[in-house]
Amino acid sequence: MSTFISDLFANFWVSLAGKVLLVALMIPLVGMVIGYAEMKLSAKMQARVGPYFAGGRWGWAQLIADGVKFFQKEDLIPEEADRPVFKIAPVLVLISTVALLVVIPFGPGIIFRDLSVGIFYALAISSLSTVGILIAGWSSGNKYSLMGGLRAAGQLIAYELPLVLAVVGSVMMAGTMSMGGIVEAQIEAGYPYVIIQFIGFGIFMIAALAELSRIPFDMPIAESELVMGYLTEYSGFRFLFFFLAEFANMFSLSAIAATLFLGGYWLPGIPEDVLAYAGPVILLAKTFLLVFAMIWFRWTFPRFREDQLQSLAWKWLIPLALANIIITGALKVYL
Amino acid sequence: MVVDRDLVRHLSESSVSVELQTEEMTLNIGPQHPSTHGVLRLVARVDGERAFDVQPVIGYMHRGYEKLSEVRTYPQITTLINRIDWVAGYANEIPFVVAAEKLLGLEVPERAQYIRLILTEMARISSHLIFMASYPLELGAATPLFFALRERERVLDLLEGVTGGRFHPNFNRIGGVKPAYGSGSSTRKVIQDLPAGFLAETREAMDRVLEAVEELELLVADNEIILARTKGIGVLPVDVAASYGVSGPNLRASGVPFDLRKVEDYLPYHLFDFEIPTGENGDCWDRWYVRLLEIRQSVRIIQQAIDGIPSGPLQAKVPKIIKVPKGETYVRAENPKGEMGYYLVSNGNQGPYRLKIRSASFSNISILPWILEGVLVPDIIAIMGSLDFVLGDVDR
Repeated sequence: MSTFISDLFANFWVSLAGKVLLVALMIPLVGMVIGYAEMKLSAKMQARVGPYFAGGRWGWAQLIADGVKFFQKEDLIPEEADRPVFKIAPVLVLISTVALLVVIPFGPGIIFRDLSVGIFYALAISSLSTVGILIAGWSSGNKYSLMGGLRAAGQLIAYELPLVLAVVGSVMMAGTMSMGGIVEAQIEAGYPYVIIQFIGFGIFMIAALAELSRIPFDMPIAESELVMGYLTEYSGFRFLFFFLAEFANMFSLSAIAATLFLGGYWLPGIPEDVLAYAGPVILLAKTFLLVFAMIWFRWTFPRFREDQLQSLAWKWLIPLALANIIITGALKVYL
Repeated sequence: MVVDRDLVRHLSESSVSVELQTEEMTLNIGPQHPSTHGVLRLVARVDGERAFDVQPVIGYMHRGYEKLSEVRTYPQITTLINRIDWVAGYANEIPFVVAAEKLLGLEVPERAQYIRLILTEMARISSHLIFMASYPLELGAATPLFFALRERERVLDLLEGVTGGRFHPNFNRIGGVKPAYGSGSSTRKVIQDLPAGFLAETREAMDRVLEAVEELELLVADNEIILARTKGIGVLPVDVAASYGVSGPNLRASGVPFDLRKVEDYLPYHLFDFEIPTGENGDCWDRWYVRLLEIRQSVRIIQQAIDGIPSGPLQAKVPKIIKVPKGETYVRAENPKGEMGYYLVSNGNQGPYRLKIRSASFSNISILPWILEGVLVPDIIAIMGSLDFVLGDVDR
């Protein structure tokens, strides 16, 4: 029997289908867990109770109820909207988050595809979601959406650079762009890279928040200014796609940060054979720690202004990231 | 090869003379918008993120209270006017009843005046707290909202305990305040003035308000992003503020220590010791911070009033049917939003001949076209929110 299963999964198409199914299941699951965490944590921070009744206890089924509700809604497309583009946009956003999960190593050898240019691929594909946001804003036929979409585009240009430059330090230290390789390099070095790359880690997290357009960088949505920004005209399951994509994206970017800077699936002092099983748990713990920080920021900070964000990116983060690269290079040569 | 020199010159010239054209867009903010505080509409002509012309359109909430007052009797009018600025409904009633009492020549008992004063200050605290709560929300921070609203609820509960209404107390009577019906069977009501334990509970609530203000200050005033968003934004110079008739905390934030509580005698404020907090720069930050300081002063006033509240009747002797003698008067008061005044003209009937209402928010938002000229779209919201207006107070 077991040989039958291993034979079956040796087949390229079967294993591909299995992997696709796994990734596709992960997105709503992760989205629900983070969505629920956000509701409960924000409630805790604001002296509220949060979801309480759904599912009988602690409101655990709130997100499922919300999801079902979204599917029941009428599929509204504004008359002025550019219909095909309007329909593609949420899919594009969601696809980019799905594709991001492919290169994250969950344990030694547990990775959907260990690309040799893993981190390069991840950063490239994550900026695709901003394109989705831009065309969502553009195609909605709404001025608020348009402004939101253009703000997202401006944000992308400002933040893609520090994001990439912050990663360079880790890549230089590991000597590889493969995500699995970077974790192995950290195991070999015996310490997570955040000890040396703390500037890179900080910049990565700030830029990731901007990439996710979450508070303090949620100008593309900016409820109090642009109603709902690029999301204004979206409803029903298209809105749900954006909603899921945001949470899944939080997860993937946090997982990438955990992999690059916090040692990924590895913890010091855990033998390799245990790591094979404990790896995913360790990675998830680190990821959710970062997700928690993101939720925490969201409910603590107000929003920047668009021009303040640009000056923060160009005047502070990019020079800092460049300096970080130089320091890393010097360390690499002299140590 | 033959080179067409003319064509080359034409091409080179045309390529330099091409400029990026930006299109002007008219953005309609409101009447249904998350941060216009009701049904204010702003027609903003924007070029990208910069608005070069913003015109407010008001009147979506016009309820015709001035006209309606002409066909109502004096006791009925308090029901209308506490719906003008509904976040501080109690404070609206005061100048009107004082105006009627002035024409009638009534001497209001001291205890009633103290109760009016305490409740007015509580209305001010609740109004300022809702501003403290909603302003960070307009800048994107959701959490301060809950901290401020929690304490506001405490204050509103006390107001409700005395008056029976959270927002629309309708508690003032011409010649005093309404005696509350307290405990007792339904057949034999016991008349009492303040609910049992009200003063002690108010004292406790005031301590909690001070704590909440402290907490808010920590949460908001120490936040770099809030300071970056509000300092130097929407600066309102004194002369402009004065020429537009801006009043209240908005004027004081520009540095003018002008407070009608010190100038007028509609309530016995001269008996109490309090300061007039002022700002320095007149920017959004000062407008937020001045209100925070004002809450502290209001708490001080209430604490002193609780200590010194005299006993005595609640009502002056008033005829069953109130007919105000012929005459006219103007009474203005320092409301949470600014100067509120009633110009009352009576020709001896049961109702006023004419009632002109000067409401603070109406004058305060008249500054909008001036102050919003050439600002960024996010700053439109930041500045508009900092003026703290209520649409009921604008349109009446």
